[in-house]
Amino acid sequence: MTMQEDHKDCFVLEGKMALPNQNFAGRLGSRFLIAIRDRKKIMGLKCNPCGKTFVPPREYCEKCWTKIADNWVELGTEGELVNFTVVRYGDRHLPKKPPYILGQIRLDGADTPLVHIVEGIDPRDVESGIRVKAVFAEKTTNTIMDIDHFEPV
Amino acid sequence: MKMHAKNRNVAIIGIGQTSLSSHKEDQNQAEMVHEAVRNALADAGLKIGDIDCIVHGNMELFEMQFAPDLWHSLGTGAYGKDEYRITTGGTTGATLVCAADNLVASGLYDTVLAIGMEKLQEGNTTGGITNMADPLWFRNLQTGALTGTTAQEIIDEFGEERAKRAAMRYRIMMDKHAMLNQRAHRRLGLEYSQMEDLMANSPPLVGELRLIHMCSQSDGACAMIFTSEEKVKQGTKNPPVWMRDHIQVHREETIPNLFGFNKPEVTHHLAARKLFARNGIQDPVAYFDVFEMYDPSAWWAVDWLREFFLLTGDEHLRMLEAGDFDMDGRIPINPSGGVIASNPIGATAMLRLAEAALQIRGDAGGHQIKKEVRHALASGFGGTFWSVLMILEKELNWQEVNHD
Repeated sequence: MTMQEDHKDCFVLEGKMALPNQNFAGRLGSRFLIAIRDRKKIMGLKCNPCGKTFVPPREYCEKCWTKIADNWVELGTEGELVNFTVVRYGDRHLPKKPPYILGQIRLDGADTPLVHIVEGIDPRDVESGIRVKAVFAEKTTNTIMDIDHFEPV
Repeated sequence: MKMHAKNRNVAIIGIGQTSLSSHKEDQNQAEMVHEAVRNALADAGLKIGDIDCIVHGNMELFEMQFAPDLWHSLGTGAYGKDEYRITTGGTTGATLVCAADNLVASGLYDTVLAIGMEKLQEGNTTGGITNMADPLWFRNLQTGALTGTTAQEIIDEFGEERAKRAAMRYRIMMDKHAMLNQRAHRRLGLEYSQMEDLMANSPPLVGELRLIHMCSQSDGACAMIFTSEEKVKQGTKNPPVWMRDHIQVHREETIPNLFGFNKPEVTHHLAARKLFARNGIQDPVAYFDVFEMYDPSAWWAVDWLREFFLLTGDEHLRMLEAGDFDMDGRIPINPSGGVIASNPIGATAMLRLAEAALQIRGDAGGHQIKKEVRHALASGFGGTFWSVLMILEKELNWQEVNHD
């Protein structure tokens, strides 16, 4: 039996928020973006004591708190798609029209995955474990979208 | 019923701050938090592994990020630890301190790291403030600390000339203090000879509240480490500063309507009256050596000095005019330059306690008070007139008075 809810004479005050805001990449994050923009290179930061290489960049190793901000290592522009989801809804803040694949890509030389868009393969055919490579954007925005997307090798 | 009787004593053993500024493009939020955390750990001579629990807070509407404690975990070191998130608007920094104090005093944790942060540059403060209160019944006309009412009340009570001069004297005194604090955000180099000019020409905001009277919008973080008396006895890198007592008084916005047009007791006054009574402090001006007060504007500051010190009539103005609140006065107010100089909201109230503790240790640097600081008072504040008052002690020698 369906519950009957009575909403008669229950009023709603409509509101609308539209607020500008910013997210700072910081100096370290900006260096990472500059390497992509100017040299088409994806850089990681390596913790020598832990032997782990992190991407996106972080100042300190999250395992042992060693400062790694200057210990840049060059990663491959290719890697393995280790996980993914298919984005099936559109919104103004999203970078592509749905449906598109948002993947976790473990670049060659990295221990952590980078999240980015995967194109050139149908969302119905995509699977973890495939090799993908970075396709760099023609026009810079000084964001992670300076890599336009990844596509199967 | 026992009122805030402590199960065991709690000490501050680590203090870390970032610089306070409106230009922190060089750091993302987690990096800024990490700077404060590693400064606090270095100050305490501890490693992140020595921390049992973390309390984290900011005013999340201001950065417009949900669950920032998760985003910040690279900076907080909370991965794998117990963590509580606290967000009480402007009061956040003080509520974090109260929570850390209680978590240690209760025996639930030995060593607690409290972190307050704000990056006002990245967000939209007005959005947060405007959405603070209930829009259903026209209560969404929130302007935070931007109010001209107190200025008008002080003018009505003491006359325009004396009132305006008092607010401006306080403002210039705060800038003189901020000039001594390398970390302070706004250090303008004001002189008392500019008083008349600023009173007449600083851009008006609301009534006699002018731009020069108002606090800043800053980015910054503060981290503090609290531990138990038992842990302190095992040795600390720096002298411990004891959390003697704290009190919180919060006013629900619609309740004063019960009183009609009679104003209820100001939360600051109620907090001070109860806190001093239960600690046997008869004369707070004589007892305390410094007061780090959350002062969102010079007008509120002048008014609140009367409330916090339980003064009457024009006692507070006479003290201000006599220089009693100056760095070398009877009871220095905000050697750090206070909130008017630096205001990273979620850290602001914690900075009051941090600065008071540094004064007790003698580690405040350029803005250290010359005379010995043994007893310190610190306050936190936020909407809606949420008042937090905290007592710090150099020695663990106070008499328990009355917690019933």
